[in-house]
Amino acid sequence: MSGDIIISVRGLRNQFGANVIHDGLDLDVRRGEILGVIGGSGSGKSVLMRSIIGLRRPDDGDIKIFEQDYWNLSDRERATIERRWGVMFQDGALFTALSVGENVGFPLREQVQMPEVLRDEIADMKLGMVGLTPEDGEKFPADLSGGMRKRVAIARALALDPELLFLDEPTAGLDPITAARFDNLIQDLAKSLGLTVFLITHDLDTLQAITDRVAVISDKKVSAIGPLDEIRANATGWLKEYFEGPRGRAANTSTKDKVRG
Amino acid sequence: MRVSGDWTVWRIGVLADDILGAAASETKTIKADLTDMGAIDTAGAMAFDRLLRRHGAKDFQTEKGDDTLLRQLLEMSRRAPASPPTRIKPRWTVKRTLEKIGRAGVGVRDEAVDTMAFVGEALTVSARVATRPDKFRWPSTIHIMETAGVDALPILTTLSFFVGLVIAYMGVNLLENFGAQVFTVELLAVAVLREFGVFITAILIAGRTDSAFAAELGAMKLNSEVDAIKTMGLDPMEVLVGPRVIALLVMTPLLTFAAMISGLAGGIVVLWTSLDMSPAMTLARIHEVIPIQHFWVGMSKAPVFGLILAVIGCRQGLAVERDVQSLGSRTTAAVVQSIFLIVVVDAIFAIAYLKLDI
Repeated sequence: MSGDIIISVRGLRNQFGANVIHDGLDLDVRRGEILGVIGGSGSGKSVLMRSIIGLRRPDDGDIKIFEQDYWNLSDRERATIERRWGVMFQDGALFTALSVGENVGFPLREQVQMPEVLRDEIADMKLGMVGLTPEDGEKFPADLSGGMRKRVAIARALALDPELLFLDEPTAGLDPITAARFDNLIQDLAKSLGLTVFLITHDLDTLQAITDRVAVISDKKVSAIGPLDEIRANATGWLKEYFEGPRGRAANTSTKDKVRG
Repeated sequence: MRVSGDWTVWRIGVLADDILGAAASETKTIKADLTDMGAIDTAGAMAFDRLLRRHGAKDFQTEKGDDTLLRQLLEMSRRAPASPPTRIKPRWTVKRTLEKIGRAGVGVRDEAVDTMAFVGEALTVSARVATRPDKFRWPSTIHIMETAGVDALPILTTLSFFVGLVIAYMGVNLLENFGAQVFTVELLAVAVLREFGVFITAILIAGRTDSAFAAELGAMKLNSEVDAIKTMGLDPMEVLVGPRVIALLVMTPLLTFAAMISGLAGGIVVLWTSLDMSPAMTLARIHEVIPIQHFWVGMSKAPVFGLILAVIGCRQGLAVERDVQSLGSRTTAAVVQSIFLIVVVDAIFAIAYLKLDI
């Protein structure tokens, strides 16, 4: 049974000075699912992600990834785990000094022994997967639009064909068509590669279209977790407003009317 | 064809020799046995595709085993255009090298012109800011005065104390040969007041504050903060450069004064210990034989250096563009250029004052 849980967070506590972000937060992410994480601004979604991917040591609590306790591993064991996940940051976090192609090829160059030609080809393939061309690979991050930067960021996160993908607001700031393509891409990948996706988003369309389960973060913990419809049906307070506000209703009806993509 | 083992990105290096190379005409269909195939990912699927093409096959037919995942991944990996553009690496040629040298020369000229223009702009803006109390940015100016000035005091006084110490020590040793050790006082006072006090201050600010100015403004530039200031109807020169210029104009003379005092103190310690001249005696002698003009020569350079330092730091910071590499090179340029200019301008001062008999 435990083999089906890819990330397990128990009793997580995070605080900045006197400001407590998480207190006794529990969360399980199942293998192969797309888990959407929602919550108001400042509720600690990104901090949760940073704790899981080892960028912030939690003040208390256990985090297990691939059934290993990340914070009690040796550096070498950590590196092994880190090669098995891909992370896409909210603003892309592309290396501005490298071209797009080099950005995508960077993890390959650092982690895998292979001829340069092959590396370029894999990088081009990943760019193709996110809808970019090899010509785009020659450009530099500063020359790209926000949407293109996001695509490059996801291509880089996918460079090593990870089992686990962390996405921090992948569709924020994208036009609806590109966002829908993104959703399809993530779903495709998740299906065919058996990818597990930890997805922070505000985008109700994305939640509706691709998530298997949704975790709501409020009051410093995961206050609800389950399929979107269930969460929506039992929504109260902030969550009710979130789903039933003008934006929420629009997303609800539009996705019921037609299948996206 | 029998396919076995893991086809993943981690093992693709092993396959490289087999899959790279010209493709034959792609018409055939190869029969594949996939029963022993292990893990597969998109990179593996791409490698498989390349292998098919290498053998002149367009497609494969599964004899045994499950090919759903492979087909899915193949479809995904084929979204990329089949033939990527060939990347041409520039090769070394004499012409290219000459071109590079030429460009560097023109670059130096352009840089000099731009810096002059920036100096002019910074001066007019600072003058405008300084004369309009309502436009004067007290908080940021005072903050910069603190970080660039007051916070530099400990390191600056320590540095110049030791420099004064070394000058006096060498003076005592050298002048001993002529039995003229007492003139160490003159050597010390003239060196510290005229040259070293202001020079050390300027070099220290170049390393300490100019790099900070360039990095601060450069990071703001990268983060579009400078653009944000512009769109609010404000002038970045006025908001960012003005306070820095004014702060350094004020602080450099003050720091220079502190450097002079502690430089003299360093020398006095040496005179006291090795020549047995009491501090009171040394000070009385300085007062007696050293004309005040040496002090004013040193002080007169301070605001000029301060201006140069502030302007170079700000200009390099605002010249940062697009990527972190330019942030690094601009920060370096700020320090290098300001030290270079300090030395050159100091030499010009020395010659000018000499000709003027000051």
